Amino acid sequence: MNSNYNFAFLDEGSKKEIRRAVLKAVSIPGYQVPFGSRELPIGRGWGTGGIQLTLSLIGRDDILKVIDQGSDESVNAVNIKKFVGLCTDVRTTTDTREATLIQTRHRIPERALTNGQILIFQVPLPEPLRVVEAREEVTKKMHAEKDYASMWLQLYESLVKYNKVTIGAEYPCMVEGRYMMNPSPIPKFDNPKLHKAECLYLFGAGREKKIYAIPPYTQVVSLAFDDVPFEKENFVGKRCRLCGSADTYLDEIFDRQTGGRAYQCSDTSHCQWTADS
Amino acid sequence: MPILVETPVLSVSNLVVRYGAGCHVCQRSMEKNRCTACGTVWAVNNISLSVYPGEVLGIVGESGSGKTTLMRSLYFDFVPTAGKAVLSDYKGGQKNIWAASAAEQRLIKNNTMGMVYQNPVMGLRMNYSAAANIAEKIIAAGCRNAGKMTERAGELLEAVEIMTSRMSEAPKNFSGGMQQRVQISKALANNPALLLLDEVTTGLDLSVQAKVLDLIRKIKARYGISILLVSHDLAVIRMLADRTIVMLDGRIVESGLTDQILEDPQDAYTQQLVHSLI
Repeated sequence: MNSNYNFAFLDEGSKKEIRRAVLKAVSIPGYQVPFGSRELPIGRGWGTGGIQLTLSLIGRDDILKVIDQGSDESVNAVNIKKFVGLCTDVRTTTDTREATLIQTRHRIPERALTNGQILIFQVPLPEPLRVVEAREEVTKKMHAEKDYASMWLQLYESLVKYNKVTIGAEYPCMVEGRYMMNPSPIPKFDNPKLHKAECLYLFGAGREKKIYAIPPYTQVVSLAFDDVPFEKENFVGKRCRLCGSADTYLDEIFDRQTGGRAYQCSDTSHCQWTADS
Repeated sequence: MPILVETPVLSVSNLVVRYGAGCHVCQRSMEKNRCTACGTVWAVNNISLSVYPGEVLGIVGESGSGKTTLMRSLYFDFVPTAGKAVLSDYKGGQKNIWAASAAEQRLIKNNTMGMVYQNPVMGLRMNYSAAANIAEKIIAAGCRNAGKMTERAGELLEAVEIMTSRMSEAPKNFSGGMQQRVQISKALANNPALLLLDEVTTGLDLSVQAKVLDLIRKIKARYGISILLVSHDLAVIRMLADRTIVMLDGRIVESGLTDQILEDPQDAYTQQLVHSLI
């Protein structure tokens, strides 16, 4: 551990402030709580919201896992792990089961998380209504008045144009029937995992200075019309080439040897676990 | 002709829309609708009116006389300085609609009123399809069934003679007359009790004007809807309005049956207006 810095890099006052914002976010599920986003040795927009949450919540006994698009080994994940390791000395892992704190970019692990685990999302744009309204002042009012008609209209428009809802990632959902929430750019495959989950989900947007949360066992419903049900990506007839799973989120990869397409689990740790067992 | 003992659909009393703080000489020293001392503009100056079930109330007046300001304050586009408006469909006409909460105002706007703006850009989302434009109102009223919305949008577009094959096209690709007709079908989406028409035919060529006017007449006959119709075109007023109000500088100068106003104007301004017809 580098002794030039406080434990977990941020000073205790900053950590307290962020934890207060987290408490408020947990008490109002889906509501975006503003917070004073701190300077970090990483540029804003590179996961600073998630990192600040991780740094303010981490304790000496925690076990940290960081994933980027499901992978434990990609650049973003490795560097964040290195940074947190440098200023805390906590143990890191790739095993979803033993991690107490998981920071993620754009995926939810395949294995269902349990009570006591915390999943921290890095969020680029927290405002779900930004696609329909550019002004922050107006979106705040829309949330306050629960006026989500324009988002529904957006959905309907894509039905008219393409006969289906074309949103792939960042699929908006309603939290406890009150706030519309952007689940960060996870594929809509992961949206159902938000509903009545055992773990705590925290979302941090460093650049936009917002924190929001889904506490355990919260109702989270992806937007869908009565007669056009919500559909997640399906990979019918496709399997992971490494572990053979057919029920996971698969990445499409170009296979150099055969020149064809191959599919592989996006969650590398889960893939490894399935292959080993 | 409507029977005037009925309860009005809409009743406005003492509406004032003022730009500026006002001063103690304001109402005594005015140049048109502007105070010569403090410069306050009284866009709508103490107007009262009622619209009865099934009637068309016309409002005429020159540009800047406050017609559109009146309409837009009724549609909650901005908050008037003072005044009261009650709708028979909202709390039995017991509560001022301008004192309602934002959420309630949105409900009133969606369920009991329909507005057609002079400029279609204000009333339509030009980049969304015609069907979605109509669906916007239906969604706002709480419907979450896409099939029903499409069905209703098709029905309404057919009623205004737009081919349903074009319902997935954006209004920006439509002609001016068609845009105006999409606006009308959008306004009718939730079977409102009151339709607000603001210069619907201005800027359209004569044959298209005739088509739109014909449509409004049909709507009136078919749905028995009450209409508040703003126009500076006396021919439109003559054709559609049962009663007419003449506005000048934010005030009402004359009101009465349309025939009476057009054939036997009493006020100096109305006389001038009627005689300036080409």
